[in-house]
Amino acid sequence: MDLYKFTIHELQDKLQAGEISSEDIVKSLFSRIADMEDKVQAFITLCEAAALKSARGIDGEGQYGGIKGIPYGLKDLFCTRGIKTTCASRMLENFVPSYESTASCRLNEKGGILLGKLNLDEFAMGSSTEQSAFFPSRNPWDWERVPGGSSGGSAAAVAAGEIPYALASDTGGSIRQPASYCGIVGLKPTYGRVSRWGVAAFASSLDQVGILSRDVRDCALILEIIAGKDPLDSTSADIEVPNYSAFLDGEVKGMRIAYPREYFRQGVAESTRAAVMKALHKFEELGAIVEEVSLPHSEYALPAYYIVAPAEASTNLARFDGVRYGLRDSEADNVADMFSSSRAQGFGPEVKRRIMLGTYALSSGYYDAYYLKALKVRRLIAQDFEKVFRDFDLIVSPTTPTTAFKLGEQIDDTLTLYLNDALTVPVNMAGLPGISIPCGLDNDALPVGMQLISWAFDEATLFKAAYAFEQNTDYHRLTPVSGGGING
Amino acid sequence: MALSLEEVNHVATLARLALSEDEKTALAEQLSLILAYVERLNELDTGEIEPLIHILPVFNVLRKDETLPGSSQEEILANAPLVEEGQYKVPRII
Repeated sequence: MDLYKFTIHELQDKLQAGEISSEDIVKSLFSRIADMEDKVQAFITLCEAAALKSARGIDGEGQYGGIKGIPYGLKDLFCTRGIKTTCASRMLENFVPSYESTASCRLNEKGGILLGKLNLDEFAMGSSTEQSAFFPSRNPWDWERVPGGSSGGSAAAVAAGEIPYALASDTGGSIRQPASYCGIVGLKPTYGRVSRWGVAAFASSLDQVGILSRDVRDCALILEIIAGKDPLDSTSADIEVPNYSAFLDGEVKGMRIAYPREYFRQGVAESTRAAVMKALHKFEELGAIVEEVSLPHSEYALPAYYIVAPAEASTNLARFDGVRYGLRDSEADNVADMFSSSRAQGFGPEVKRRIMLGTYALSSGYYDAYYLKALKVRRLIAQDFEKVFRDFDLIVSPTTPTTAFKLGEQIDDTLTLYLNDALTVPVNMAGLPGISIPCGLDNDALPVGMQLISWAFDEATLFKAAYAFEQNTDYHRLTPVSGGGING
Repeated sequence: MALSLEEVNHVATLARLALSEDEKTALAEQLSLILAYVERLNELDTGEIEPLIHILPVFNVLRKDETLPGSSQEEILANAPLVEEGQYKVPRII
């Protein structure tokens, strides 16, 4: 049986019915990985022996339930005890953490089985995985195209059937954009919903741990496990975690849905716009109230983000100095040169660019003009959302202005590359939850993603609406790989 | 606003990055482009706006001052590039 085709909840049913074992699943996935990986190039590290051992242990106990015995993948910036964690950087090429991230720890405690660590743009800075220090991953819908980024390896692996789901991080769209490009589900929860402990920090006021999965039910199931207060992350929110699965009733009657006109301009491709408008009509058909609104400061979110995020990154990445861990230039004969040359050798071009930009924005004489200004604009963006959510339950937009672009197409054009994030960045700036779900194909037969945004800590509404859409359409069943599709 | 090579040098020193001449030239150009794009924030009058520093209401999170299990010295030092007698070893400082 091709078990790699199944979702988490389908695998749960089969395990509990005694049709399959956890070992069967792990073996099926590794055989799928063997078939696909030379094309997808999603994994930096595979954990085959450990995964098989865990699966056999669980099978020996003979009791299943929840995610017990079901494999997962991790973006390679989650610290995993005893397993190399590289952040796709030369800086951490040989780094083996002595502790485990809270999010992956919670999966492991429930019997989740780690299959491997997934490729990303170095330190999560990028939109294509072309900034990985090791290799670019590829989009299963078209091997010539990028899977998106920064969580591109994670999204590509899920879309290609190499793993049922992955945990990743989203600072400006790093989960939702690759989910959109790869035709799968990608959730960025509310800032503070999931602990960031043990996840390499990029921009601490924007980073959030989230999920890439093949359908909405799986996504809800995993959030329930990983969400909640963690004493090790002081910014994790002490707010009750609802039973998200209970909201998957397919009902959107009376739900008030807004679509911001600004999100249908900003360089949005006609086929993307049309697919999302069609999805909005579907919501209307299902009984939702759909109205156009304005988020007037939208166009300022991206320039503000490109001050705030690099500023925070420049301070977060100051810890890499060649002393305690990571790459060191052993030639330098004094400590200051050792810092500077270790960092120069360890970081790739995009990381250097952002460290430089952030350092400049925070430097004496420029702080008020750039950083403080950006934080003020950030408030205006958050207030725009606040106003709309007084009258609406949900905001719907395209996830990205276009579908997946080709490898090499935007690598030399930093500003164009940044524009891929124009529709996802405002959500991080406001700390709100957002989910991307597939809503159609464009003229090149590439998946189009629709972004659903709700008020802070109201992920339940995202799931409710996304599930209703999924139940009434077939886009999540579309298969990217000819002859070896994951849902067919 | 355009960034000069001297400014790039200064920022690289602050950021502890030993950049090559080629990298500096490229960065002067790229950062100038990004900063020009960021300039559009000045279209907004933000005089009366409070900066948004924390997206959630934040307060100090305290716990009892007691020792909890953590990584051992040996585990922590295992990732260090150079160790001597249980300590990090670095080149000459002064």
